[in-house]
Amino acid sequence: MRIRDTRGDRAYFVLNYSVLTVFTLMVLYPMIYVISASFSSAKAIADNSVYLWPVGATIDAYKTIMDSPNLLIGFANSAVYTIGGALLGTALTVLAGYAASRDDLPFRRIIMFFFLIPTLVSAGIVPTYIVVRQLGLLDTRWAVILPGAMSVFNVIITRTFYQMNVPQEMLEAAKVDGADDFRFFFRIAIPLSKPIIAVNLLFYGITQWNGWFNAFLYTSDPGLMPLQLVLRELLSQSAVNPGMIGGGDVAELLKRRELFDKLKYAMIVVAMIPPLIAYPFVQKHFVKGALIGSIK
Amino acid sequence: MTGTDMTTTTVKIEKPEVPGAPDGNQRASRRLGLRMRRSWQLYVLLLPPLVFSIIFLYWPMYGLVLAFKNYNITLGITGSPWAGTKYITQFFHSYLFWPVIKNTLVLNIYALLALFPLPIILALLLNSLRNQRFKKTVQLITYAPYFISTVVLVGMILMLFSPTTGVVNRPIAAIFGGPVDFLSASAFRHTYVWSGAWQTLGYSAIIFLAALAGVDPELHEAARVDGANILRRIWHIDLPGILPVTITLLILNMGQLLNSGFEKVLLLQNPNNLSVSQVLDTYSFQIAFQSQIPQYSYATAIGLFKSVISLILILLANWLARRVAKQSLF
Repeated sequence: MRIRDTRGDRAYFVLNYSVLTVFTLMVLYPMIYVISASFSSAKAIADNSVYLWPVGATIDAYKTIMDSPNLLIGFANSAVYTIGGALLGTALTVLAGYAASRDDLPFRRIIMFFFLIPTLVSAGIVPTYIVVRQLGLLDTRWAVILPGAMSVFNVIITRTFYQMNVPQEMLEAAKVDGADDFRFFFRIAIPLSKPIIAVNLLFYGITQWNGWFNAFLYTSDPGLMPLQLVLRELLSQSAVNPGMIGGGDVAELLKRRELFDKLKYAMIVVAMIPPLIAYPFVQKHFVKGALIGSIK
Repeated sequence: MTGTDMTTTTVKIEKPEVPGAPDGNQRASRRLGLRMRRSWQLYVLLLPPLVFSIIFLYWPMYGLVLAFKNYNITLGITGSPWAGTKYITQFFHSYLFWPVIKNTLVLNIYALLALFPLPIILALLLNSLRNQRFKKTVQLITYAPYFISTVVLVGMILMLFSPTTGVVNRPIAAIFGGPVDFLSASAFRHTYVWSGAWQTLGYSAIIFLAALAGVDPELHEAARVDGANILRRIWHIDLPGILPVTITLLILNMGQLLNSGFEKVLLLQNPNNLSVSQVLDTYSFQIAFQSQIPQYSYATAIGLFKSVISLILILLANWLARRVAKQSLF
């Protein structure tokens, strides 16, 4: 049976749609603006005539990026860290998550606590830095990937996935057929867990792509800089002194400065786009997993 | 091959007996040993993540003793002489002690008060929508900024909110006769908190949406028949339905109260806003890595101080939740 909305209810829905529409546009606008600015002419940006769509459309900022060795190195480094971090983090997480999901594993609760404690009491930056230095990892790519390689949150989600999707009966059946734990894990559990592996890969990949602090703290070699760190340097340059990018006369300086602003927009886009392309693929699975993992 | 069908069956039968067994302890421990030996392959699988945790999470914890030592790089942590509570006292007596504590608390409490209720409201709004397409679109868009990096977020703030060239300041300057410096000392906290809202609201709402999905729709139908309008139904049906999740998240957030936003604060910091943006984390970082002579021990003492407050906060929140709402994390 259908009940008609009261007048109050209708007022609520009008308000609801308006609030959500305004909020969505507010979230969307900065992203659109940055992309539009990166495609606008330097003159349009300097004139403050860009509001929504690109003005005097051009791709010369992206050409500048493609011609700049520093930026390309940053791009390549980010790719290395993203792939390496995704593979390593996923491997660690799947191993921990699977083992911890097994009811018949003695000390399983203690092991879970062992993984959880560091989220309550973390040592902080300085002691971690000293460990990384003692391991001789300073100024290596390992220092960028390793210290934050595994997230306990992901372990919990992955464990929950195995508990729900790889039932005990399946394990027993496999054992009847003579499979041991290794065989069961690699031949049955792993193939069954493609969704959670994909989520882990993308999640760790995005985290690495977005990271800058490890590289900033543990390396000083510009050849190891990821894109985000290059971007940070680029942004902080003008915050300090717009003249730093080039010497010479004022007109030249202004021209450079204009291009420089545009370059920053383009760099923001380059750094922003890959996670935004990847996330709709993760969203569905991750939302499901995150919910199951955290509500439990 | 250790794990045959025989062993699994035995283990399964043994389980319920263990607590009631007459000479329980001895037999139980022997059985435990056996079960551990049978599961050795699982322990092998666990080895890499355990080794990772020990090296990168537990070993640094040992480094916290640095707070009580005069760290000397050539002597290492173990070899360095003890300093007692020298560095802790030094921090207590530092002229920056109260400003930094105040900044840390104000910034994080502001963020918590502003950002905790909003995702709940967003989730309630989304949940009552009947147009699924609109709901999906709103979610897809508002969820997206969560995946944008802190550097990019800060870059967007610097560019879009710039007093000279920022698009946001154009209408502001036109209406109020002058631009606003969003990174000045007076505006820093608002910029920090509300850019955080922009980035995380859509993401944070998801968990409440899932909790709302678990609310029985028949309750709503029944209430509608009884003439309850939508606000009453949200108040009496939806909110109680998500209360457990809300409390759990609130406790977790309390525990993380002082940990949030280090990178973002660091990136947004400039000499003009330092008086409100210097928090425990950035202060500790600065002393360790940005001063002429790195003072690792002093920086560790500040970090330790922060960890202790965090731990107290999480225990307190947990205790409160148990007392008030009969619910707790541990």
